[in-house]
Amino acid sequence: MARDGGVSCLRSSETMRVGIGGMESPPLDLDEVHVLAVDDSLVDRIVIERLLRITSCKVTAVDSGWRALEFLGLDNEKASAELDRLKVDLIITDYCMPGMTGYELLKKIKESSSFRQVPVVIMSSENVLTRIDRCLEEGAEDFLLKPVKLADVKRLRSYLTRDVKLSNANKRKLPEDSVPVNTSLPPPPSPFTISPDLSDSSPPLTISPESSDSSPPLSPLEISSSPLSSPIDDEDDDVLTSSPESSSAPEESPARRQKMTSPLD
Amino acid sequence: MDTLVAQLQRQFRDYTISLYHQLFWYVKGFLDDQFTELKKLQDECSPDFVAEVVSLFFEDCEKLIGNMARALDQTGNVDFSLVGSSVHQLKGSSSSVGAKRVKGLCVTFKECCDSQNFEGCVRCLQQVDIEYKSLKAKLQDLFNLEQQIVQAGGRIPQVDI
Repeated sequence: MARDGGVSCLRSSETMRVGIGGMESPPLDLDEVHVLAVDDSLVDRIVIERLLRITSCKVTAVDSGWRALEFLGLDNEKASAELDRLKVDLIITDYCMPGMTGYELLKKIKESSSFRQVPVVIMSSENVLTRIDRCLEEGAEDFLLKPVKLADVKRLRSYLTRDVKLSNANKRKLPEDSVPVNTSLPPPPSPFTISPDLSDSSPPLTISPESSDSSPPLSPLEISSSPLSSPIDDEDDDVLTSSPESSSAPEESPARRQKMTSPLD
Repeated sequence: MDTLVAQLQRQFRDYTISLYHQLFWYVKGFLDDQFTELKKLQDECSPDFVAEVVSLFFEDCEKLIGNMARALDQTGNVDFSLVGSSVHQLKGSSSSVGAKRVKGLCVTFKECCDSQNFEGCVRCLQQVDIEYKSLKAKLQDLFNLEQQIVQAGGRIPQVDI
């Protein structure tokens, strides 16, 4: 497994091979989705890469905004003939990165003529409404709360394939058959209909990442072991403690509420 | 008659469950459901995915803890924002692998950094060090159990938490 700080790739048979420093384009495969993943954390890069590959995407993973721009050929002014061959269908980036943040990278991508149409998804461990708003206003397609789960990536994948197959004419429409399962932003603030003003839909965006909807709402852990679970469990969830918006967490499952009120039986 | 495989499988099941739960309500499990999410990403093509990721995570722990220790060692001139940024990174990666206790400790640790609480930081650092090593040992035991099961000709049971 390549551990360098630049570009990582795992199983070479499954990923596009990208040299360190030299950026080769993937073999052109028009049916396959190619994703550029940007994250300064090696662990997160490995996980997102695997999540994407398991959902049949080709992945290039880089460790910084600068490397991403370099890969896209946006780091200098001269147009490259290579760019015509470079097919990137989705860019998924971490928000908090040293040097260039995911937000800054998003802006640069949206300012470029060659890549402004590419959907950009932001990932963040912090559920900060103003941050989410800012990114969506700047043109981000979606916002995922970390830790990213398979259901999140499958959801991205489902609307991405449709975009790739459709003409560019009308990208911003409701995914007709979008999967309702959504662990990061339940209920899905549909990226295609989101307006800059999110005040109407703010509550869903403040849900704690721990109240995962991908598992059955009341996992055996939470039902049968409520005496074992501690109210302190919720304190290590910084979403509940740090975000002023999330104090009510209206959509917590009954089991969780029960957990909070009766620590011991 | 209890075959070796059945015994090992039972041991594996019990041990896995114990990693997610704890006996007493005030003691948190070592793992949360993000670890389960990682297991979903493991298959015949990537049979060691979880082991590889957690191994990287533990290396990350070692590196970051080293950075924090060095920063805290600058007596009279501790750069708390530097410590804080390492804590932030550690919190992120522990969250990504489902290392519940490490992640929880990072929350407290971050608060100590933000309030420039030196003693608090030192205590948190010690706890984080103990905690990641403890998890590392436990996961090693779990992976060993898996190996024993396979070597005894059995299947690794799917444990629903």
